[in-house]
Amino acid sequence: MAKPKIAICWLGSCGGCDEAVVDINEVLLRVADAVDIILWPVAMDFKYDSVRRMKNGEIALSVVNGHVRNSEQEEIAKLLREKSQLILAFGACACFGGTPGLANLSTKEDIFNWVYRDAPTVVNPNGNYPQAVSRVNGKELTLPEFYDHVHALNDIIDVDYYLPGCPPPPYLVMYAVSAVLENKLPPKGSTLAPNRALCDSCKRNKSKPDRISIKEIKRIHEVEADPDVCFLAQGIICLGPATRDGCGEACMNINIPCRGCFGPVEGVEDSGAKFIPAMASILDAESDEDITRIVNQFVDPVGYLYRFSLPVSIFHNKRAEK
Amino acid sequence: MSERITINPITRLEGHGKIEIFLDDKGNVEDAYWQVVELRGFEIFCLGRPVEELPRIMPNICGVCPTPHNMASVKALDDLYGVEPTPTAKLIRQLHYNAFIVEDHLLHFYILSAADFVVGPSADPAERNILGVVRKVGLEIGGKVIEARKRCREIIRHIASKPAHPEGGLPGGVSKGITEEDRKWIRETADFCVEFCQFSLELFKQVVLDNKEYLNVVLNDAYKLNTYYMGLVDDNKRLNFYEGKCRIVNPKGEEYALFDYHDYVDYIGEWVEPWTYIKLTHLRKIGWRGLNEGEPTSLYRVGPLARLNAADSMLTPLAQREYETMFDVLGGKPSHHTLAYHWARLIEAFQAAEHMQRIADDPLLTSKDIRNMELRLEKVGIGCVEASRGTLIHHYEADTDGKATKVNLIVATQHNAAPICLSVKKAAMAFVKGPEVKEGFLNMVEMAFRAYDPCLGCATHALPGEMPLLVNIRDHRGDLIRTLQRP
Repeated sequence: MAKPKIAICWLGSCGGCDEAVVDINEVLLRVADAVDIILWPVAMDFKYDSVRRMKNGEIALSVVNGHVRNSEQEEIAKLLREKSQLILAFGACACFGGTPGLANLSTKEDIFNWVYRDAPTVVNPNGNYPQAVSRVNGKELTLPEFYDHVHALNDIIDVDYYLPGCPPPPYLVMYAVSAVLENKLPPKGSTLAPNRALCDSCKRNKSKPDRISIKEIKRIHEVEADPDVCFLAQGIICLGPATRDGCGEACMNINIPCRGCFGPVEGVEDSGAKFIPAMASILDAESDEDITRIVNQFVDPVGYLYRFSLPVSIFHNKRAEK
Repeated sequence: MSERITINPITRLEGHGKIEIFLDDKGNVEDAYWQVVELRGFEIFCLGRPVEELPRIMPNICGVCPTPHNMASVKALDDLYGVEPTPTAKLIRQLHYNAFIVEDHLLHFYILSAADFVVGPSADPAERNILGVVRKVGLEIGGKVIEARKRCREIIRHIASKPAHPEGGLPGGVSKGITEEDRKWIRETADFCVEFCQFSLELFKQVVLDNKEYLNVVLNDAYKLNTYYMGLVDDNKRLNFYEGKCRIVNPKGEEYALFDYHDYVDYIGEWVEPWTYIKLTHLRKIGWRGLNEGEPTSLYRVGPLARLNAADSMLTPLAQREYETMFDVLGGKPSHHTLAYHWARLIEAFQAAEHMQRIADDPLLTSKDIRNMELRLEKVGIGCVEASRGTLIHHYEADTDGKATKVNLIVATQHNAAPICLSVKKAAMAFVKGPEVKEGFLNMVEMAFRAYDPCLGCATHALPGEMPLLVNIRDHRGDLIRTLQRP
């Protein structure tokens, strides 16, 4: 029997998700025996043309990481959708837009002006900006068109499964691989990670009082956090209550609070909207002024609540002023 | 008729890009451009973020070299808060850093580059990858590569959470200490890495240096580029990844500048071209002189070979011996042979592994004094480290609430961007003759930039980042006659 064909591909990404595939270590060599990897740009020499020549549905599974922000990424995403039976959105960027999704708080013009005009190291006497089409020494060169917004993968193509995380941890990668190889996949649209919240499995849970109440919000550099006590109980912002479990508490283990890379818990669309009432319920304020004071200590709501998920949030993006 | 060749995606490197090769009417290469096709805008979307969160956001610039971004960011915070990390915190950070250098350099050598030498530059592309390397050198060595990477990443996980996205590091220190129990397995990992780096250097000598054909490839003029070189050095001008001053040597190897990285704006300029999203860094005091090498150039290179060229010696004794051997074989210092980046990379991994051993034996490593809490918020903070691919600078400014008001980043692949364009052009001129190009020759063009281990995720920190390679061959009218994408 022919081995199932698998593609592993990056769109707008940092390469960390590709490293996460390598992080399954020895298992990767066994997987490479069981399947036929037909595209993996970071590690192998196959080009997109070979995918274009395939029949529709010829690829059993495409594992796609990264968000979509330019015309080339959109084209590749659509090509893989056409040629693949299943698409797995792999990692926070493909699932929710990821940290680069915070760029939706700025316009393309803001970005270009800083990068190519205003940064202190820029030397640009000719006022050049990168162009989709340009001519150098009489030769035409092209670049993909840079879009106004960062998109999660399911904004561009139909996605069958989701594996969140920045990046997904090795045990969940192996779980996803074996679910596909053994044909034991849950219903389409499922997230291949636990359904509960991070708080539900957190070791600090036993130190959590029945009712948390805080009079101050503290920033992580200002305090020496107790490594055994619930961060929220210490007045430190932790996205645990609104974030899906499954990361293996990587950040908790080094005494750093959660910032939500696993995205919202099952059934919740917007982590921020879920977190705000949870946060409000623990504030111990005696007056309106007191509330204002504490809320002002919450210095960067968007950066805390939507660190990894702004493009799929109810806010989406800042529109360019026409 | 002149032609144009496109290679897309450029494979086996991190990030996205393409190469355009233009032929003249006789079918010879006239011009070649390496283009970075993406940009993400970290400098803008980090504005307004609390600065202590930046070491957690910046690693997303690049998941392949996230540790340098995390570390440059943390060092910028030390500076911004006017605080020195405690001696123990500094040891823990350097342990994290060296573990990263070892695993990243080995990953590049075995997974991304070794195929060109071990399997062969013009071998079947289906074999020219890590699996082909394992088939050739044996499963046992493949297993050791995985083992070294896994063990180093365990150190990173222990100190800074996820290896592909470290989230640790605070101004003045680190968030978690090391225990005496940890020290034991850390020392064992360091020993394992020293031994494996030694083995890897032997393998490189056997496979490349003892094979006349491959050695000639390394020494081929097509892979030579005369530029300046930059790297961090300590007070004794020894190579240092974590701290020191920036030293620049000219193409003859003489010191051109030795400066405090806080003054980087005086030395480094970023030139903008319409045909690529990456900005082309150059020596600002000389001024932009275009894509050229030798006497008139204002281009400098960074990364392993550049660091060995810029330093007077290595930090550790075994690596120092290898350093001396390398320059002997290459015919003196500085060496302009781009493919020697691979060799230099292994020597650097060796230093990092030896340094890990030294740190693992340091009595202070397990002290509980891991934070200096004497923070005084200032306006500006600049951090600099040697990332695996070269000098990395993070420059932040903040308001009185400690929220970022200005962010400027200079990343490793950017320094090398213009030299990569030139290297690609030189290799194309040597290996591409006419529109009918053998696949193996195209790979030899790709080898010219793969030596730099260019990381386009990093390079495109400014807008969304990725790097496929496409080689387009175009005729003298610019019409596409062939697009090369493997098979």
